[in-house]
Amino acid sequence: MTIFPLLTVLLPFIAAFAGLLLSRWPHRRPLPVAGSGANARAAWIAVVPTAAAAVLALWLAWEPGFAFVEGGTPGPAVGRTYGTIGTGAIPISLTLQADDLSAILGVLVTLVALAVQVYSVGYLHDDPRYPSYSAFISLFTSAMLLVVYAGDLLVLYVGWEIMGLCSYLLIGHWWEDKGNSRAAIKAFLVTRLGDVGFLFGIFVLGAAAGSFRISDVLAKVPEMSTGTLVAATMLLLAGVAGKSAQVPLHTWLPDAMAGPTPISALIHAATMVAAGIFIVARLFPAFQAARPTLDVLAVLAALGMLGAALAALAQDDLKRVLAYSTISQLAYMAGGLAAGSDSAAIFHLLTHGAFKALLFLCAGAVIHHVGSNLMTQMGGLRRELPVTFVTMTIGFAALAGLPPASGFFSKDELLLAMDRALSGGGLTDAAALLLYGCALATVAVTGAYATRAWLRTFFGGARAVALPEPEPGTAHVIDVREAPRTMLVPIVLLTVPALLLGLAGGLHVDLGVATTGVVLALLGAGVVYAFWRSDPLADPARLLGPLRVPCERAFYVDGVYSTLFVRPVLALARLVVRTDDVVVDGVVRGSGRSARGLSGLLRLAQNGNVQLYVSGVLAGVLLIVVGAVMFT
Amino acid sequence: MHIVYPAVVSALLFSVGVYGVLARRNTILVLMSVELMLNAVNLNLVAFDVWLGDRLHSGQVLTLFIIVIAAAEVGLGLAIVLALYRNRRTVDIDQLRDLSEPGTPDDPADPPLRRPDAPVAAGDSIAPADPPAAQDPATTPDPVRTAEPAAEPAAETSGQAGHGRGDEQPAKRGGAL
Amino acid sequence: MTEAVPSYLSPTGQEIVFLLLGAVAVGSALLVVTTRQLVHAALWLVVSFGALAGGYLVLTAEFVAWVQVLIYVGAVVVLLLFGIMLTRAPIGRSADLDSGNRWVAAVVAVATAAVLVTMVIDGFRTAYTPLRPGAGAAKELGTSVFSTWVLPFEALSVLLLAALIGAIVLSRTDIPGGSPPEQTGGP
Repeated sequence: MTIFPLLTVLLPFIAAFAGLLLSRWPHRRPLPVAGSGANARAAWIAVVPTAAAAVLALWLAWEPGFAFVEGGTPGPAVGRTYGTIGTGAIPISLTLQADDLSAILGVLVTLVALAVQVYSVGYLHDDPRYPSYSAFISLFTSAMLLVVYAGDLLVLYVGWEIMGLCSYLLIGHWWEDKGNSRAAIKAFLVTRLGDVGFLFGIFVLGAAAGSFRISDVLAKVPEMSTGTLVAATMLLLAGVAGKSAQVPLHTWLPDAMAGPTPISALIHAATMVAAGIFIVARLFPAFQAARPTLDVLAVLAALGMLGAALAALAQDDLKRVLAYSTISQLAYMAGGLAAGSDSAAIFHLLTHGAFKALLFLCAGAVIHHVGSNLMTQMGGLRRELPVTFVTMTIGFAALAGLPPASGFFSKDELLLAMDRALSGGGLTDAAALLLYGCALATVAVTGAYATRAWLRTFFGGARAVALPEPEPGTAHVIDVREAPRTMLVPIVLLTVPALLLGLAGGLHVDLGVATTGVVLALLGAGVVYAFWRSDPLADPARLLGPLRVPCERAFYVDGVYSTLFVRPVLALARLVVRTDDVVVDGVVRGSGRSARGLSGLLRLAQNGNVQLYVSGVLAGVLLIVVGAVMFT
Repeated sequence: MHIVYPAVVSALLFSVGVYGVLARRNTILVLMSVELMLNAVNLNLVAFDVWLGDRLHSGQVLTLFIIVIAAAEVGLGLAIVLALYRNRRTVDIDQLRDLSEPGTPDDPADPPLRRPDAPVAAGDSIAPADPPAAQDPATTPDPVRTAEPAAEPAAETSGQAGHGRGDEQPAKRGGAL
Repeated sequence: MTEAVPSYLSPTGQEIVFLLLGAVAVGSALLVVTTRQLVHAALWLVVSFGALAGGYLVLTAEFVAWVQVLIYVGAVVVLLLFGIMLTRAPIGRSADLDSGNRWVAAVVAVATAAVLVTMVIDGFRTAYTPLRPGAGAAKELGTSVFSTWVLPFEALSVLLLAALIGAIVLSRTDIPGGSPPEQTGGP
C-alpha cells in the first residue's frame, strides 16, 4: 500500500504524456475531425488511468474514511521517501504520504477528474484539439494529487506550480479568440504573484524548521518564534489568496470562465481553488500559532464572501454567477479556518467540490443546448432539459444550504465554528464579529442568487431568441436534444454525493445555528422570488437598486487594478519599446548615418583638384620633417 | 663667401616656386613655377660645389644636366598643355577634375563657369576630330552616367540579368519574351 | 674647408653683391607667382633667371651662368611665351589667375620656407669659403664633363631625343590613337 500514493500520482502523469505524444499519430496534415481515431484513442488514454487512480485513492481512503471530518484520531500516514535532493543547505526529500486528510481529498480529486474526463468526451466531441485537452487534464490531475499526497513542502510546490500551468493551458484552450488567451494570461499572472509569496513562506518555514518535510515542520512549530510563524504564514497566505481566489487576488477567476465548462468544473470549482484551503489545513498548527494571520484571514474571508455573493447576484452570465459563487464559498471555508476549525472547512470543501462541479457540469449542458452563456437568453428550460433541471435543482439547493442537501450540513458546521470563535478562540473580537456577521448575510445573499439563477434559467416563458453566428473556435453547438449520454451520466452520478455527502460525516446538527441559516436562506430566496413573480421577464437583480451596476462590475476592483498596475506597466513597456526603437535603433541607424556623413567629409579631399592633392602631400612632408628634426 | 647666403636664397626661391605650383590656375604658370624650383636647386648645387671645392665639379656638372633636363621637360610639358588645350579648350587646372570621385555632386569650391574665353559647356566640343566620349567632369557626371546604363538595357532586348542596378526591369523584359 | 670664419652677419663686398642679386631673383620670382598679367609673369621670369645668372657669376661658376642665360632665358622662356600664345592666354589683366586654394598654398609655402631656412641657417652658419676664380671655367668643366661625366652626358642626349620625339607625337593631330578608351557606363 505504500506504493499507492506514487502510483496514484504517476498514472495520470503517464496518461498525460501518452496523450500528448500519441495525439497526432499517424501524422496527417489535416487535423482529425469529430469522432476520428485520434480523439477516441485520446479519450481512452485519458479515462482509464484516471479511473485506475480513483480506485487506488478509494483504497487508500478506505481505512481512515471520514476520520478527518469526524475529528477522530489521525491514523498513521502511508507512504515513503523516494530519495533526497541535496541543496547545500536544507535538503528536499521526495516524500509522498497519504494520511487521513490527503486520503479524503485524493478521493475527491480523482472522482471529480474522472467525471470531468467522461463529460468532456461528450462536450468536446468535435474539437480537433481534444487529445491535448484531455492530456492536460490528466497532467493537472497528477499535479493536484502530488499536492495532496506530498510529504515535503517543495514537492508540494512543484505540484502547485504545475497546476497553475495546466490552468493556463486549459483556460486558453480556444486561444483563437484573443479574449480567451488574455484571460489565461491574467489567471497565470495573478496566481503567480501569490506563488512568489508562497515560495518565500515555504523558505521561511523550512529554514526555521531545518527541513522541508511537512511532518518535521509541524513537529517544530511549537519551538518557532511567533515572528517567524507570522511572517511565514502571511507569506503562505499570499499563495492561498492567489490560488483560491480570495481578496485581493480574486480577479482572475470570473475571467477564467472563458475556458471550457468542464475545466471550470474541475479546476476552478472543485480542485485547484481548493488547494489553498488544503494547504492551510495541512499546516494548521502553524497557522493556529500565528494569531495575526488568522485575523487577516478572517477579514479577507468576510469581505470576500459578502462581496462575491453580491456580485453573483448581479451577473448575467450563468458561469460568472457560479464563479463568484465559488469565490464566496471559498471565502466561507477560509473563514472557517480562521475561526479555528479545519475539519469544518475541509468538510465544506468536500461538499462544495461535489455540488459546484455538479452545477458547472449542468451549466455546461444548458449552455450546450442554448448556445449562449447569458441568462437573458435562457428561460423555461425545465421542459426541454428535464434531467438537467432536476440535477441542477439539487445543486442549487446544496449551494443555498437547504436540507437535506450536503451543503446544509457543511454550512451548518462552518457557522457553528464561527459562532464559537465569537466567544473564544484565536480571533480578535472585532474580526470574529465581522466574520460571523458577514457569514450570516452571505447565507441570505447566497440563497438569493441561487434562486435567481434557478428561476431565470428554468422558469418563465421560453424565449425565442435569434442566436448569433457562432464564433470560430467556440464549441457552442445548438443541439435540440438534451445533452449526450457521456455528459448526462457524470452529472447524475455527481448528484449522489451532492445530496448525500452531508450524511456521511454523521449527523451533527446544531439546531439553533441550523435554523438561523435555513431561515436566512429562505428569506433571500423569497425576496428574489417575489421580485421575479412581479415581472418574470425582468431581472430580479433590480432589487439591488442603484447598487446593481457596481455589483455587476464586482465593485470595480478590476478597474482599480488596471489603473494601478496594468496601465503603468503597459506604459513602461511602450516606453521601453520606444526607447529601443529611438535610442538603440537610433544609435545603430545613427552610426550608419554618421559614417555616411564622415565619408562625405572625407570625400571633400577627393575633389579632383590636383593642386590640393600636392598641397596635402607637401604639408605632410613638412610635418614629418619637423617631427624628425624635433624628436631625434 | 658664407654659404648661408646662397642656401637661404635658394630656399626662399624654392618656397616661392612651391606657392606658384599650388596656387596658380593657368597650367603654363605652373610650369613657370616648376622652373623656379629647379633654378633654386641649381643655385644650391653650385653654392655647395664652390664651398666644397669638388675636384670632380659634380655640383656644377649636375647643374648643367639639370638645365638640360629642365629644357626638355618644358618642351614636353608644353606639348601636353597644347594637347590639353586642343581637347578641353581650357588650360585651367581647376576645371580638370577627372581625378574626383564619380557620382558625387559638384564640389562647392568649383568656380562657376564664367571664363572670359569660356569654352562651350558639357561634353560637346567645337574642335574638329575631337575624341568622343570625353566626359566633361565640369558638369554633373551623374545624368550622363545614369543615362547610359538605362539606355543600354533598352537598346538590347536580350534579357541581361545581373546588371548592377535596374535588375527588376531587365528581368521582367526577359520574362515577357 | 673652414678657415678663420668671420661672422656671417657682416658680409663682404662679394656677399653684398650676391645678396642684392638674390633679392632681385626672389623679388621677381614673387612677382611671377602673383602678377595678374600672364605675359608679365613670363617677363619677370626672365628677370629672375638673369639675376640668378649674375649670382652664378659671383659664385665663380661662369660656364653655368652663361648656359643659364642661353638655355633658360633664351629657350625656355621663349617656349613658355609660345605656349601662352598658342593657348589663347588672356592679354592684359585677368582676374582669375589664382585658384581657390591659394590660402592653403600660401600656408604650405610659408611653412616650407620657414622649415628650410631654419634648417639651413642652423646647419651651415659656419660654412665659409673664400672664392677663387677659375674653378668654374669652361675648360675645367668641359674636361670634367667629357671625362668623368661622359656616360650621363650621353644618356642625357638620349633623353633629349626621347623628349623631342615625344613632343612631336603629342602634338601631331593626324596620328590616330592616344585617345582614352570608351568608358562604358557602370562599374
